[in-house]
Amino acid sequence: MMTQIVFYVFATVLVLSAGMVVSARNPVHSVLFLILAFFNAAGLFLVAGAEFLAMILVIVYVGAVAVLFLFVVMMLDVRFAQMREGLQRYAPFGAAVGLVLLAELALAFSHWQVAQDIASVPHVVAAPGRTNTAALGDVLYTHYVFLFEACGLVLLVAMIGAIVLTLRERPMGRRQNIDRQHERTAADTLAMMTVPLGQGVAANGGFRRPEHSYYIASVPGSYGVTEEPVPQGKPVDKTAQGGHGTDNHGGLPQ
Amino acid sequence: MTGGLGSIGIGPYLTVSAILLVLGVFGIFLNRKNVIIILMSIELILLSANLNFVAFSSALGDLSGQVFTLFVLTIAAAESAIGLAIVTVYFRNRGSIEVEDITMMKG
Repeated sequence: MMTQIVFYVFATVLVLSAGMVVSARNPVHSVLFLILAFFNAAGLFLVAGAEFLAMILVIVYVGAVAVLFLFVVMMLDVRFAQMREGLQRYAPFGAAVGLVLLAELALAFSHWQVAQDIASVPHVVAAPGRTNTAALGDVLYTHYVFLFEACGLVLLVAMIGAIVLTLRERPMGRRQNIDRQHERTAADTLAMMTVPLGQGVAANGGFRRPEHSYYIASVPGSYGVTEEPVPQGKPVDKTAQGGHGTDNHGGLPQ
Repeated sequence: MTGGLGSIGIGPYLTVSAILLVLGVFGIFLNRKNVIIILMSIELILLSANLNFVAFSSALGDLSGQVFTLFVLTIAAAESAIGLAIVTVYFRNRGSIEVEDITMMKG
């Protein structure tokens, strides 16, 4: 009796919240009702004795998928009110399709019966005394190991696909060039100079790149420098073009 | 036939699952403009399939149904991730997520 009450409470809330998911005005409310629906479905799973799946449903759906939905709904600045314009037009059509589907399902279920020899069909049965999670593990990693691996592959493809779809190449972005970093030597970047006492660096032409600077000499065309190297010691103001320093690094190609 | 389901039996489970499926299909028709709600409706449909799997698994005392539910869960997660990625890219390009404009993407 208690089980039945629990079942019907969960089932009622599940159906009501599913109805709210499709009919709520605000998509954020839709997502929240979806979360409620998932929680109640997890309750129904528990009543059916599928404890592991109930917990997975809460963790995966509520913890990941629904939050992803919430994230996207809140991130995209969409005027949702305008989207509901066609609602009155589509509602009768959708209701008709739904009713036809429901009637067909009712017909199918009312004339449906279990095969007599169902018990003789080989079943994957949990070993006696095993909990639901352990029994599921027994089956999943033996009978269904290839499907399990295929699921991992599907998730990998989905992950790569989502990244590839949403990755944006920024033209102004600074990328790490590992080859060039490795080619750099101390001779490219350092020049030892003798600075006379009491004169300071300014008398020697200020700060400057080494004679065969990596930036200027070794890689022509890098950092937007296409012309001859700028004469050392005379800093040219190129900040107007967006770059810095004499070699215009970080600036737009000229 | 009521195996692991105790006093409830499989009928109510199938009824709830059928209603959930119909609500999901109805949601797709009702919110034809909003891709995000359509994706949520697809989640509802997959949830109803899962409910059927679990109910039969429990009624027949066969664990295969629960394993398949696990697989359906995986596919649903992958599907919604890809779907939302497409929605994000589409919104970035066009500034709206109206489904009716998506035919412009072809060709």
